[in-house]
Amino acid sequence: MGETEDFSNSHVLEKPDARQNTQREMSAEIQAISAGYGKSVNAGGAVLTQPRLDYPPYRSSILRHPTKSLHHADPETIELFSPAFGHQDVNPLESDLTIVHAGEPQGERIVVAGKVLDGDGRPVAGQLVEIWQANAAGRYIHKRDQHPAPIDPNFTGVGRCITGADGSYSFTTIKPGAYPWKNHLNAWRPAHIHFSLFGSEFTQRIVTQMYFPGDQLFPLDPIYQSIVDQHARDRLVATYNHELTSPEWALGYNWDIVLTGSKRTWTENEALGVEGDDHE
Amino acid sequence: MSKHIPTPGQTVGPFFGYALPFGKDNELLAPGSAGSIRLHGTVTDGAGEPVPDAVLEIWQPAADGSIVAETGSLVRDGYTFTGWGRTSTGNTGKYTFTTVNPGATTPGSAPFIAVVVFARGLMNRLFTRVYLPEDAEALTNDPLLSSLPANRRATLLAERDLDGGLRWDVRMQGEDETVFLEFDGGATVSPDAR
Repeated sequence: MGETEDFSNSHVLEKPDARQNTQREMSAEIQAISAGYGKSVNAGGAVLTQPRLDYPPYRSSILRHPTKSLHHADPETIELFSPAFGHQDVNPLESDLTIVHAGEPQGERIVVAGKVLDGDGRPVAGQLVEIWQANAAGRYIHKRDQHPAPIDPNFTGVGRCITGADGSYSFTTIKPGAYPWKNHLNAWRPAHIHFSLFGSEFTQRIVTQMYFPGDQLFPLDPIYQSIVDQHARDRLVATYNHELTSPEWALGYNWDIVLTGSKRTWTENEALGVEGDDHE
Repeated sequence: MSKHIPTPGQTVGPFFGYALPFGKDNELLAPGSAGSIRLHGTVTDGAGEPVPDAVLEIWQPAADGSIVAETGSLVRDGYTFTGWGRTSTGNTGKYTFTTVNPGATTPGSAPFIAVVVFARGLMNRLFTRVYLPEDAEALTNDPLLSSLPANRRATLLAERDLDGGLRWDVRMQGEDETVFLEFDGGATVSPDAR
């Protein structure tokens, strides 16, 4: 916690910076990188499954990506295990982001549910999932977010849960809005929910973002496009699922998450999946 | 080879500050308690400027080298060592954990703390390690360290403070860039796998 929230400057937007690129220029950069990748794959080059760390269209990445190759290491001892989380850590109510305050939040109520699996398709049971997001108007409860869209007094936008024995998770929340940022002129992020995931091994730790199907901002967004492979990008997009939709209550989206493969030799009990510290 | 292709990572972004931090997130032990040490340093970017919006997580064995499987990191009771902690850098790029010196998990191995780094502007998490500086023989024999040139190897070694703490900096880019690790053989698959 710690940070004192102060929204007194919420209507002060910096003036456009003349040195900033337009969306047209940004899109040309994105398309050039994409075309280069397409050529490389057609020539038999590697298919990338993760974002490029070196992706200049996302300006903040320029000084924040390693310029040396990642060093291949065989995970050892501690890295082959994961921190343990359970119902001491997370209250079951934390998976419902719409009941945190006295009133109902504004916006479109949704359920986002799916499974966390490892690279071999095994469920990741009893592990921590954390999410955070903007409200329906595209505003984060964060003092540095100065987008002059309304704060919703009934929505914070933070949730947690512990996965079930089958790796399942489910959150009830509000569909987040798109929001503007200052990467370039007229830059807008597609609506997304941040996800933080743990596996059964430390090497599987990942933070990512889930998107909504059919977003018109996808081709324009350098963060989404930093994953240069279309098939890989598609893995971040949830699927609308009417079976998950509740009548007169909430629309349902399904999104499964696959972590990297397991490196440890599994014992029989572990392979069966144990649900954290609590077997309800 | 994995049967399923992993979901891509994405940047943690700028607005995690109300979501990821929690009370005592960086206190694996209560500060000042018996055996506790401070692990601290600065995260800097390719221009040498501090990175004020990074998140570091550590995961380590106990002082006796055992790997614990205790829940309760998010709601610490003040007594249970869970081996895991999280912290965010402040305005000056500095971070601090209160923890213990990790023990060797197998006899004669070099003790280290596993670290994962997230930041605004960083597209995907970075894994690394911070080794205790003392056991020269174990460090020489360490499989990872011995595979690195001397100048790069140094980026994974903590310095011991006079008060017993550990000082270890993260340099995200540049000549003295920290060694970051890839466990999965690279973020690629063969063209027919997709």
